[in-house]
Amino acid sequence: MDFSIASILMLDGVTNGAIYALLGLATVLVFTVTRVIFIPQGEFVAYGALTLAMLQTGKIPGTIWLLLIMAALAALMEGVARWRHSGHPGRALKAALKTLIFPAIVSGLSIWAAPQQFSLWIQAALSVAIVTAFGPLVYRVAYQSLESSPPLVLLIVSVGVHFAMTGLGLLFFGAEGFRNPPFWDERFNLGLVAVSGQTVIIFAVSLALIVLLWLYFERSLRGKALRATAVNRTGARLMGISSHSAGQLTFLMAAFIGALSGLLIGPTTTVFYDSGFLIGLKGFVAAVIAGLSSYPGALIGALFVGIVEAFGAFWASAFKEVIVFTIILPVLLVRSLRSGHSDEDH
Amino acid sequence: MSFKKTLLALAITTTAGTAAFADVKVGVTLSLTGPGSGLGIPMQKQLTLFPKTIAGEKVELIILDDASDPGKAAANARRFVTDDKVDVIFGANLTPTSAAVVPIAFEAKTAQVSGAPVPPQGDKESFLFRLPQGFEVMAHAVVEHMKKQGVKTVGFLGYADGYGQGWLANMGPMLDKAGIKMVDVERFARTDTSVTPQALKLTAANPDAILVVASGSGAAMPQLALAERGYKGKVYQTHAAATPDLMRIGGKTVEGTFVVSGPALLGDQLPDSHPSKKQAINFVTNFEKANGANSRNQFAGHAYDFQIAMEKVIPMALKTAKPGTPEFRMGIRDGLETMGRTVFSHGVMNWTAKDHDGYTLETGVMTKVVDGKFIVQ
Repeated sequence: MDFSIASILMLDGVTNGAIYALLGLATVLVFTVTRVIFIPQGEFVAYGALTLAMLQTGKIPGTIWLLLIMAALAALMEGVARWRHSGHPGRALKAALKTLIFPAIVSGLSIWAAPQQFSLWIQAALSVAIVTAFGPLVYRVAYQSLESSPPLVLLIVSVGVHFAMTGLGLLFFGAEGFRNPPFWDERFNLGLVAVSGQTVIIFAVSLALIVLLWLYFERSLRGKALRATAVNRTGARLMGISSHSAGQLTFLMAAFIGALSGLLIGPTTTVFYDSGFLIGLKGFVAAVIAGLSSYPGALIGALFVGIVEAFGAFWASAFKEVIVFTIILPVLLVRSLRSGHSDEDH
Repeated sequence: MSFKKTLLALAITTTAGTAAFADVKVGVTLSLTGPGSGLGIPMQKQLTLFPKTIAGEKVELIILDDASDPGKAAANARRFVTDDKVDVIFGANLTPTSAAVVPIAFEAKTAQVSGAPVPPQGDKESFLFRLPQGFEVMAHAVVEHMKKQGVKTVGFLGYADGYGQGWLANMGPMLDKAGIKMVDVERFARTDTSVTPQALKLTAANPDAILVVASGSGAAMPQLALAERGYKGKVYQTHAAATPDLMRIGGKTVEGTFVVSGPALLGDQLPDSHPSKKQAINFVTNFEKANGANSRNQFAGHAYDFQIAMEKVIPMALKTAKPGTPEFRMGIRDGLETMGRTVFSHGVMNWTAKDHDGYTLETGVMTKVVDGKFIVQ
């Protein structure tokens, strides 16, 4: 191996690492606020990329129908719950409509826009909107009523949500994969390596998103409320922060990050309905390296996973995944030796 | 879906009601729903063109849906052998569902003609006949073509699963015999985000040709990565990649790629020297007449080949026994094993007592991607 090969591998690793970093951040975010280990995070990636691919072909993406069904279900649950709570049909209806409105607008817009063949950027924005709308609905339908269950129960729900979303992905997108056109078809020669425009976009977007997340949590009231929920749920509720809306907001952000990651990798690889799982799992490994609690830790962990993956694939491609997922063992060992106590939840 | 099922049940009951005792009965289990339905439905469509009588005997097809579920396929097979007492079983169309039928067919001494590749079954092998081509006949066509092109060194870039392993295991000895050196073996997975590291290593080894072993739309990604790393040699793809998805994803980059294929879908494009030309054209024209232009499908081709086998074997078995008897069932099994060289749409079949895969080496056809189409070489 000479320097040029090593630098190409580094670039490849860091590019994938940037995607894993986004997913790792989302995993940490979801876990700290809701204690859900969100396995289906990767599914949002596949949904995002494939929804765009469907829009590219001028078809109405199947995700729209799923979105409408889920929205109706969530609205029904919300309405019934509110009715039982307050005994006031008007309020129940209002709550149901509130749940329904955003998905309905997004769906309507997409159904109208799908056959019009708008530019790539508009379609991309639409795809992100569609997939982002899934976030709160998934939380409302699958997790909200189990909010105070132990993490193990939530983990098992996650497994169920993962299988449901993969299966529905197969139904809506079919078994074949899609590759999206690049957003920026340009190449730069930086000494030994050629950097594609898409790679630049991946870095820029990842960086921007990380900075935005930081600003959101440090500067905005809602961000601080989420942090408060993450630190102490009961305390936060006593201060008037609703754990329902905190959970839905968190999932909204997770879905947004997932959809965006999907758009970022769509042009660099062929995305299948089940591609998301492994990508999400690598983001999860990054999050575990960070102890499921630190954002900078997840970022560093993700870049590490990406680089190990690239070099692993170069030296022993047949064992690439084995190498990547084995990293988690020494990390867990070190973590358990260092912390020395068990959490109350386990 | 339930409407379809009702229709199906209706069709079964009506045909069962009118069937005379001595009809030849064929039990068919296919995935008409579930993830395998993309394979099962075209086969069912081809079976609607199945002849009503063979050698003067009425033939009754009992088609059941196994919902792509091995448990359901086993239950269907159980019904075939105990209630319907079928003379032969056709199916299933997926490896797991097909494998679930094997022990039941063996126990009931009823021949099973499988539309899916099933791994070797030991002593139960004697009642199992496979329709899809094995790795060996396809690998043979690839190695022969490489020899003709003067290829001396080969790189391998394949799925890290059973499909990749099957090709690797079969290519190795053949390449040795042809005096071609395998210089690098790299593996990847369909859902990988990047194949750049593997492509880097292969381009560094710079072989004359690289064989990509992947399927459908997954086959284009490694080739794009190779092109990006500036690989200029020949690229070969396997028959699982011989779908329009290769060009849909790969675009201009896959131009000039050599893709090995079965003959069934190539139809009139086949050279006159290929034995399957007539059957392939026959299959394609009739299937597309019934189902619309460009509806041709390799799985429907297997169903067509099943029909060819039955048209040859049923008269043989009728000489010794009446349909519905154990002797007739045995006659069909023996017939499949001794029918000798038979031209299918998918190649030339020659099942023998030792070989229930059966295709002869004349089967594989090399095509080249020219202007986004597969052109026979």
